[in-house]
Amino acid sequence: MSTTTNRPRRKANAGKMYNRGAWKYAIPAFIPLLLLSVVPLSQAIWTSFTDQVAGFNVKISFIGLGNFERLLTDTLFWASFKIGIIWAVSVTLLALVLGFGLALLLNQKLRFLGLMRILSLVPWAMPPVIVAIMWNLLLRPTSGPIDQIFTFLKLPGAGTDWLGDFNTAFPTVILIGAWVAMPIITVSILAAIQGIPTEMVEASVIDGANAWQRFRFITVPTVRAITSALVALNIIWQFSSFGLVYVLTAGGPGGKTFVPALFAYNEAFKYGNFGYAASMGVVMAITIVLMLGVYLKASKREDVQR
Amino acid sequence: MNQVKNHARAATKKRKYYLIPTYFLVICYVIFLGFPFLWMFTISLKSPFELLQLDQSFLPKTIYLQNYVDIIEKRGLINSAKNSLIIAVCTTVLTTIFAVPAGYAIARLRKVFSGAATGWILISQVFPVSLIIIPLFMAVRRVGLLDSIWGLVLVYLVAALPFALWMLKGYVAAIPMDLEEAGAMDGATSFQILRNIVFPLLLPGIVATALFTFLNSWNEFFFALVLIQSPESETLPLTLARFMGSEGQVLLGPLAAGAFLATIPSLVVFGFMQKKLASGLLAGAVKG
Repeated sequence: MSTTTNRPRRKANAGKMYNRGAWKYAIPAFIPLLLLSVVPLSQAIWTSFTDQVAGFNVKISFIGLGNFERLLTDTLFWASFKIGIIWAVSVTLLALVLGFGLALLLNQKLRFLGLMRILSLVPWAMPPVIVAIMWNLLLRPTSGPIDQIFTFLKLPGAGTDWLGDFNTAFPTVILIGAWVAMPIITVSILAAIQGIPTEMVEASVIDGANAWQRFRFITVPTVRAITSALVALNIIWQFSSFGLVYVLTAGGPGGKTFVPALFAYNEAFKYGNFGYAASMGVVMAITIVLMLGVYLKASKREDVQR
Repeated sequence: MNQVKNHARAATKKRKYYLIPTYFLVICYVIFLGFPFLWMFTISLKSPFELLQLDQSFLPKTIYLQNYVDIIEKRGLINSAKNSLIIAVCTTVLTTIFAVPAGYAIARLRKVFSGAATGWILISQVFPVSLIIIPLFMAVRRVGLLDSIWGLVLVYLVAALPFALWMLKGYVAAIPMDLEEAGAMDGATSFQILRNIVFPLLLPGIVATALFTFLNSWNEFFFALVLIQSPESETLPLTLARFMGSEGQVLLGPLAAGAFLATIPSLVVFGFMQKKLASGLLAGAVKG
């Protein structure tokens, strides 16, 4: 990804001599991957070209692009698709901003750093199922502690059903999504920042660089590569997952938080339209691959230019 | 010299002012990150009677440890914790055994091969898991491992491998090839090179990958929900989720107690290993 790792060609060629047999080492890993990843995934992709529905002894026939044609005009799906893109991008960006901020704080010489460090890992360590249940309880109107705090401090918004209200449900779910996504970002960025040699920072201080300049010209370039990897990974994870949303709102209210992974899940398991649901998965996967391709290419170009 | 000192003094003075907003931010983060966890802990100490009351105080009025006794003795938490532990350990060991040589191969082989492997890793991550579950369910049933913790081990292995390969590939790429070449000159076979030269250098990366795998399988919910039916094979997240109750009745106290107990091991492990974990991700991302 970065230009510094490019080693001279000659060495890469010399390396091949003894590495020729290395492919054999990949076999043990590829057998289970083939059986339980390649095969099911190919089956799922194949299903997207059929009219398969749930049930035993149902005749399955190949219908070509039939599902995709139907999907094109399915306005409900595209509404959900839009929600999914907004969800994945906003959760990732919010978690990135919050995680970056926390990493910068953790890099300072402050009191209670040990406590902060442990706390920053809490969302990661809690079983996801519990995370969803806990936030659900925390946000309950009137009996939930968050609403009680709002009422006690007489803040505007007291008495709101955060997860049930038309206007607040989606932003609230995004905030919780960011809460969950933060630790991995914080920890990785912190590690990158701590890899900056102290002499470099000291030299810049002597040269009269202020905090903003140090941030702009030392910190940002250092974390660029890891940041683009984190953004890419998070968008993938968020776009294809629905567990959190499922437990928090089940897609409601009024479909405001109906992410496409949940849409496809319902299509398959609630209505039994396996083929149609699979075509949604294919469309989602293609979209993500395209989006990431563009994003990674852009961030790579930026890397080279610098 | 004097000038430098003055400069430094001015800097410390300035520093003090900016400490106020900094600590304000620290407090915000502490509340945001820690409050749900702390609240969960206080609930685990409240009696059912207290939890039923509308107007609750944040701290429990009396410490009620029965919740912990309840979840450990009556709700099969020990058994599901044992299952989860077996599953997580086996998954981690198998993933490491499979992923280390394969990660090495991907990193050191020709572009075509490693490109195809990386492409597959990406695709397997983007396709919604909820749709793979049907063919996966069929596949697990075919090998007769439905409702068995060994079926879950197999599924988790496959789920963990792509990310593990991606991380390890980064670590291998960071090892200078000259070392391996020197080994080859001395007549070492490629397996000897892998075992005696690459493996020791790769150890920090292996630890990081193993931790990721362990914690992901320890916490995983969705596959377990679909593939496990009998209470004897239940994993920890499944047991905890059951407390939400199909009747909508939440056994809040025991649930919080169980959740607290399930979080502590991960938190301790993460706390000790966070540097290693982070450098693992870094290696995968930057040297990829």
